[in-house]
Amino acid sequence: MTLSDALAIVIPALPADAVRVHANGYVSRAGFAAGDHDGCFYMIGSMGLASSIGLGLALARPERRVVVLDGDGNVLMNPGALASIAAAAPANLLHVCFDNRAHASTGGQRTISDRVPLDGLARAAGYRAVERVGDAAALGAAVARLVAVPGPAFLHVRIALGPPGAPGVRIPHAPAAMTARLRRTLGAS
Amino acid sequence: MAVFPADRFVDRLRRAGFDFFTGVPCSLVGPVIAELERRSAYFPETREDAALGVAAGAYLAGRLPVVVLQNSGLGVSLNALGSLHILYEIPCLLLVTWRGFEGKDAPEHLVMGRVLPRLLDLFEIPHRAPDAAALEADVAWAAAEMRRTRKPVALIVKPGLFV
Repeated sequence: MTLSDALAIVIPALPADAVRVHANGYVSRAGFAAGDHDGCFYMIGSMGLASSIGLGLALARPERRVVVLDGDGNVLMNPGALASIAAAAPANLLHVCFDNRAHASTGGQRTISDRVPLDGLARAAGYRAVERVGDAAALGAAVARLVAVPGPAFLHVRIALGPPGAPGVRIPHAPAAMTARLRRTLGAS
Repeated sequence: MAVFPADRFVDRLRRAGFDFFTGVPCSLVGPVIAELERRSAYFPETREDAALGVAAGAYLAGRLPVVVLQNSGLGVSLNALGSLHILYEIPCLLLVTWRGFEGKDAPEHLVMGRVLPRLLDLFEIPHRAPDAAALEADVAWAAAEMRRTRKPVALIVKPGLFV
């Protein structure tokens, strides 16, 4: 199961109006390819901060389901966010981490997630629900379970490093247009 | 320099529309954080760039955020400011303290203290370093500037403003 395979299962399993925050790198590109809507926010920089942005959204809008689509390199760059999310405990936040044990967009250099279990970090930090999935057949049901329970929830998805090359086009929306779009969707402007 | 009361400062921020407060502490803004905590309005973060990420999420959801930080944390935050806030037009008020002001501080603060205004200039972040007499007017300036440019703005807190 590659990143694109996993996103093709995860995204249709989310509530249709879920706000999605995509980490920079291939998560954004593959997430956009799997289906864009007005509640989607794609990061093209500031690696590590998708989780923090999702936390801010979830705290400010507790009635909206917020989903962070993250990667192992991103989680390891900002592990403090696991602590902040667990401490703030927003019930409406689902944090999905696609773990290919590599920085795919910079050439597949290894991360350290083969030795540091990211689901274990989330559980130790205090996420209310944590699951780990490694095969496609179990993934959709895991997403359905975790969106049905009070969060914060963490879904650790073990994936294979995809073939060389990007899993989708660069995000065509201008960054400022993405800000305006999501604020409009949330009735903020 | 006259000390400005923290409760009046927080009132002024609220009146200007600021309604989301996060950050990492510095002793120079201790009373401000204590006042925000007293009102259950402060979200403590682990790192300054993570605080900026949370503030960005809050802005996307319709809030007008303030991030409290020591100038040492501005160094940690430069990538978030460059590739998130400025790029995506996500405004944020940086309430950044000036450790190392006029070279009179512990050695770890001297380099950042020397370059702080120039560093903000380099990142094209408008900034003011008000004394107590100018603080309330500069809060209004910062809020207006953020709404006009949709970019981060900094108020620099010199030693003695709050403590």
